[in-house]
Amino acid sequence: MSLFNEDALNEIKKRLKAWEEETIKNDLIKYPERLPEFKNISGILLKRFYTPADIENYDYFEKLGFPGEYPFTRGIHATMYRGRIWTMRMFSGYGSPEYTNERLKFLLKHGETGLSLAFDFPTLLGLDADDPLSHGEVGVVGVSVSSLKDMEVIFDGIPMDQVTTNMTINPPAPILLSFYIVTAEKQGVKPDQIGGTTQNDNLKEFFAQKSYVFPPEAGLKISLDVIEYSAKYLPKWNPISISGYHIREAGGTALQELAFTIADGIEYVRVGIERGMDVDVFAPRLSFFFAAGTDLFEEVAKFRAARRMWAKIMKERFNAKKPRSMWMRFHTQTSGVTLTAQQPENNIIRVAIQALAAVLGGTQSLHTNSFDEAWALPSEKAVKIALRTQQVLAYESGSADVVDPLAGSYYVEWLTDKMEEEAWKIIDRIEKIGGMVEAIKRGIPQREINDSAYKFQKDVEEKRRIIVGVNAFVEEEKLEIPLLRFNQEEVEKHQIERLRKVKETRNKASVEWSLRELKSAAQRNENVIPYIIKAVRVYATLGEIMGTLKEVYGEWVETPLF
Amino acid sequence: MGRNASLLSTQTELAPKRRIKVLVAKLGLDGHDRGAKVVARALKDAGMEVVYTGIRQTPEQVVNAAIQEDVDAIGISILSGAHMALIPRVMQMLKEKGIDDILVTVGGTIPTDDIVKLKSIGVAEVFIPGTPLSEIIEFIKNNVKRKQ
Repeated sequence: MSLFNEDALNEIKKRLKAWEEETIKNDLIKYPERLPEFKNISGILLKRFYTPADIENYDYFEKLGFPGEYPFTRGIHATMYRGRIWTMRMFSGYGSPEYTNERLKFLLKHGETGLSLAFDFPTLLGLDADDPLSHGEVGVVGVSVSSLKDMEVIFDGIPMDQVTTNMTINPPAPILLSFYIVTAEKQGVKPDQIGGTTQNDNLKEFFAQKSYVFPPEAGLKISLDVIEYSAKYLPKWNPISISGYHIREAGGTALQELAFTIADGIEYVRVGIERGMDVDVFAPRLSFFFAAGTDLFEEVAKFRAARRMWAKIMKERFNAKKPRSMWMRFHTQTSGVTLTAQQPENNIIRVAIQALAAVLGGTQSLHTNSFDEAWALPSEKAVKIALRTQQVLAYESGSADVVDPLAGSYYVEWLTDKMEEEAWKIIDRIEKIGGMVEAIKRGIPQREINDSAYKFQKDVEEKRRIIVGVNAFVEEEKLEIPLLRFNQEEVEKHQIERLRKVKETRNKASVEWSLRELKSAAQRNENVIPYIIKAVRVYATLGEIMGTLKEVYGEWVETPLF
Repeated sequence: MGRNASLLSTQTELAPKRRIKVLVAKLGLDGHDRGAKVVARALKDAGMEVVYTGIRQTPEQVVNAAIQEDVDAIGISILSGAHMALIPRVMQMLKEKGIDDILVTVGGTIPTDDIVKLKSIGVAEVFIPGTPLSEIIEFIKNNVKRKQ
């Protein structure tokens, strides 16, 4: 059922033609346009303006519907932010578990509503603080966690039944989740009471974030172990956050982010079903993670298209029955890669626009970047401004008061359709060659993202794209913002010392026994999580558990492409 | 120089006898390779020969690759913040091996005081995010120490 009547459309088309022949022609002579053509980041050619003629066959119920109803374009909840503001979840963690515990409490005190842990590179790769490869990296980009002991310190004095926690962790996700479960138990909090998310998206590691460890098939298997275990024992846990964010950081466009993320999602669901799981049992807890760039409308269109596409895929392709299985619930992070080292205060403005895009796009939770992040980890002042940005948006801007407020804009609806249409082309191409694992092995997403990154940089160099403070309105400047500094060497020493004590005081025989059990479970292709939990309880370390899994699954080495 | 010399000199400003060879290296554990790959491609487009190490390289691997490939310059990319632990090790190893004619540049999120420290141990230049590719290309062309 079309939204417009035919006579009205014909009248619009007729007058538009006249406008093009009269009004615009004269205007262009007097006022030529800034660029020969206007394209968004995704490379979609934009018209001067949009009318109902651009969405002439628009079927309201097929494309939009109502909030909280299929196809969920207008949001997964009926009342959206009128009922509850999105979760303000700042990504944080640095140095030692003690520093991180302090930062988490600081953020909670200032009104953040969810926790999100950033780990250092050794932890992300499953290496202990005392591994030779960890030297110089311990505690640098996130908190160092090598054993249960570290997690106990991070959550000291934070009631784990009252907060939800996101953990940005991928290959070692089952281990960090086990640290979390056991730490909660020590606080008297049962597994069915803990809420939060493990990123646990091993597929995107191979072409975006690059903290892969296991080969693609084994990575996929580990991700599914977490999904399966959570479905059984952790009813409030989101076992995976299928991530587009890093695709964007690696140089992908909004469109590539949309398409590759959904293609990854398809792969996880397909393998889950092949494993014998009921789609309506595990799909309701799948979650997603996107970036929000500075092109407000492109981002809003991306989010709306993503929700609609996922609902269709779950319903039509995977025959999900529960509406919840069709929900695309997502966390958004404003785009780190758009932050400039030049004139860093300008980043506050970029972040505000990006956060607005996420809110207008209907995100469930949001991290706003701090303005100093092109230089270092956020200082307390910078992170507080970032959090306040969300609070101003939530309580002052009015953007949380009406559901899906940009719906019906001819431009936004046209662009939402266009993003969807173009994303399907990419997804269909990947599906034809057998899915994302196969695409990764052939280097397809890797190459396409490299190309986009290079093209973007050329556009900036040749000023087809203006970045304020970088290639326009440039100033001679001296950096005058205070950066967060901490003594890395001391943190590293402290972490190695704590690890030494843990190893000294634990029961060696139980550790060895638990690792042997884990190894044989992995060899039998069982779900490894119950075995990891046992190993964690007796203080087996992250490195030891990962090492055991690597013996069975092997390690991935990529062919470097540029 | 053969009879192609005049042709070569019209192709590039420097009229090199051989192309400048650069090792683009990701040092440390971070997988953020966008910048490294964009720079690698730009250097190649500018006529240089580029070897890219891929991610997660140790100082030893970087120095060994530089020697093995007999490069004129090393472009180290590091965004993890571990630069002060890892780059001095690279410079130290080059020194130990008696290599003083390889130009070393660094790209990444490097705070100002660290830039000063890195330059004091022999890093020729540090490029922070937002540096134009043309600036990096020019710097390498103008500062490689080996006779081309």
